[in-house]
Amino acid sequence: MSELAVDTEIDRSKLKVSDEIAIQITNMNKWYGTFHVLRDINLTVNRGERIVIAGPSGSGKSTMIRCINRLEEHQSGQIVVDGIELTSDLKNIDKIRSEVGMCFQHFNLFPHLTILENCTLAPIWVRKVPKKEAEETAMHFLEKVKIPDQALKYPGQLSGGQQQRVAIARSLCMKPKIMLFDEPTSALDPEMIKEVLDTMIELAHEGMTMLCVTHEMGFARQVANRVIFMDQGQIVEQNEPEEFFNNPKSERTKLFLSQILGH
Amino acid sequence: MSDVSFVRTEMLPQQAPPATSVGLVGWSRENLFSGPVNSILTILSLIFIYFVISGVLHWAISPTWAATSLGECREMIAAAYGEGAGHKACWGVIRERWLQLMYGFYPPYPVVPSANFGAAPEGAWPAFFRPNLAFVLLVLAVVPVLFSNLPRKMLWITAAFPFLLPWLLWGGTLWTPILVALGFVIGYLVMRFAAPVVGTIAGFILAVAVPLLWWGFAIGPLADAFSSVLPLAIPEVQSRDFGGFMLSITIGVVAIGCSLPLGILLALGRQSNLLILRSICIGFIEFIRGVPLITLLFVASTLLNIFLPPGTNFDIILRVMIMVTLFAAAYMAEVIRGGLAALPKGQYEGADSLGLNYWQAQRLIIMPQALKISIPGIVSTFIGVFKDTTLVSIIGLLDPIGLSNSIRADQAWNGIVWELYGFIAVLFFIFCFSMSRYSMYLERKLQTGHR
Ligand SMILES: Nc1ncnc2c1ncn2[C@@H]1O[C@H](COP(=O)(O)OP(=O)(O)OP(=O)(O)O)[C@@H](O)[C@H]1O
Ligand SMILES: [Mg+2]
Repeated sequence: MSELAVDTEIDRSKLKVSDEIAIQITNMNKWYGTFHVLRDINLTVNRGERIVIAGPSGSGKSTMIRCINRLEEHQSGQIVVDGIELTSDLKNIDKIRSEVGMCFQHFNLFPHLTILENCTLAPIWVRKVPKKEAEETAMHFLEKVKIPDQALKYPGQLSGGQQQRVAIARSLCMKPKIMLFDEPTSALDPEMIKEVLDTMIELAHEGMTMLCVTHEMGFARQVANRVIFMDQGQIVEQNEPEEFFNNPKSERTKLFLSQILGH
Repeated sequence: MSDVSFVRTEMLPQQAPPATSVGLVGWSRENLFSGPVNSILTILSLIFIYFVISGVLHWAISPTWAATSLGECREMIAAAYGEGAGHKACWGVIRERWLQLMYGFYPPYPVVPSANFGAAPEGAWPAFFRPNLAFVLLVLAVVPVLFSNLPRKMLWITAAFPFLLPWLLWGGTLWTPILVALGFVIGYLVMRFAAPVVGTIAGFILAVAVPLLWWGFAIGPLADAFSSVLPLAIPEVQSRDFGGFMLSITIGVVAIGCSLPLGILLALGRQSNLLILRSICIGFIEFIRGVPLITLLFVASTLLNIFLPPGTNFDIILRVMIMVTLFAAAYMAEVIRGGLAALPKGQYEGADSLGLNYWQAQRLIIMPQALKISIPGIVSTFIGVFKDTTLVSIIGLLDPIGLSNSIRADQAWNGIVWELYGFIAVLFFIFCFSMSRYSMYLERKLQTGHR
């Protein structure tokens, strides 16, 4: 809940959003059994957008971004990612998953593989990249997240912040077009939060399309070009960060912001 | 502030710990005599151990190696220790029958089936060359799987072993195992080249069906045809001559080797989203687990003959192997399911989110971890299966237990118990204990940090 956890300067004017559509969600609904968890979601994300999704616990934020790479299945409506519609066709699903990177709250690194193997596994098996090339790419991204010297260790030997940065590097090794983050910093100590957010800011700089569920409002203000507020499975409000924080329209948003920023 | 400030001017050198905390004294102080109750327990235990060991030694040290019957044993003991020496072992039975306990009635020289153990007949291989070679190959085939630091080329032995084992033991023409192995190659080629054309599911069915047809109908005539040109044959040995520890190892190894992959498939099937597949797997597992192994063995020995078309010659040992394998696989499936359940959901999601398909995720992410968690359970199942092979004595196969019954029925050895069963127990213990130690080694080796 820190107001401004990041200090890397970012020049928003340089971050271009293109007209090309990366993700289009239309009239999407999802139920868990009889519980209507996502209700009539409509969302269009252009290439290069950095979207922060906020909302109270249980509002369906995770469920929504997990629908985008089919970790959860939606029951009605349409989701088109990178021009491919998500249907039950397994080929399409695997294709989309290889184009969409995802970072989880609990990292989900593979504990039986070294950091380097974690990073090279998917390129080698999914993209069929030769091992040597995959390792070079992996080292490149591990350098980028500033932990190349840990490459031969196992995830269990790294700190939480380091593990999350490995998870980001692991996703990046697939050269994804879109990155999804589900509360990437909420399992971390404050000083580790910063190192992960810095990595994400750098990604934003490079024009990555990002959807990020987070409670880091400082990050939202600084990096996002759009903040989406969800409650009870619906998108209640979305706006540019300045407007969203300074001039919220809906009562629910005001209440949420006062709770999260108030103290 | 000044009274709390402190600066060390001189660093302390490292010192040896006091003598009472290291070495034998320190160790026994800590582990054996750490308090009055512990000291009393230690002394009582030592007394108990002394009585057990001295009793066993008194029984075991007995110069009866040369005896040829129990009566002779008694005379030897009386001659050496006088009357009233107490209960003493009669080792003559082991000397006389150990070959039988090892190999059953397997002919030492299959070229001359009637020849007894002794000087090899003209042109024959050394005694029991084939089973011994099979055992050596077994070791060579297993070690590269067990120890990953051995040369990977040895895995070729592992791949060839399942085909060589039946040939070495039962004999016949070498063409049969070659053609059987070819069936797998055919299946692979069908999967590889037909699946893209006819679709994955049809391709998979073809890849199973074509090799089955090949094994069922093509192999027999082809093997005959090839061997009429180039025989490559060794003398055949009948299943009824198999026995002893060799039989236990053969059944045990086949059951262990096949039950693990089968168990993995059953465990995955049980978790599958496909209702029919899941029901079949659950039904199979629950049925097999709900029935005693001995029942399955009786089914193998008698009932199966009723169901099979008349005239089919379906080897009894093969039938037993299949039953023991199915039995072990059902238990294995449940052990592995436990390992799968222990994996956090995040591992599946991590694999999915990277675009790995189902089989890749299973092979690279899920199974290595699930199997690692299940190692103690898997090895327990292995050990259990290996010991359960002794049950085949009940349906008349001559495993060591079956043989010991017939040895005890022999007039010369009537009344002998401990020596035989002790010998068998020691042999089983060696194998089971090695498996147990290996599992500990493997668990230590696969330890990669917490979680
Ligand atoms: N597998 C599931 N089965 C049934 N209900 C579920 C399941 N997963 C989530 N839910 C419910 O769906 C709702 C939305 O869950 P979701 O995880 O998307 O919330 P969230 O906004 O991410 O919350 P948080 O901030 O706590 O992570 C919650 O009420 C939750 O209880
Ligand atoms: Mg969530």
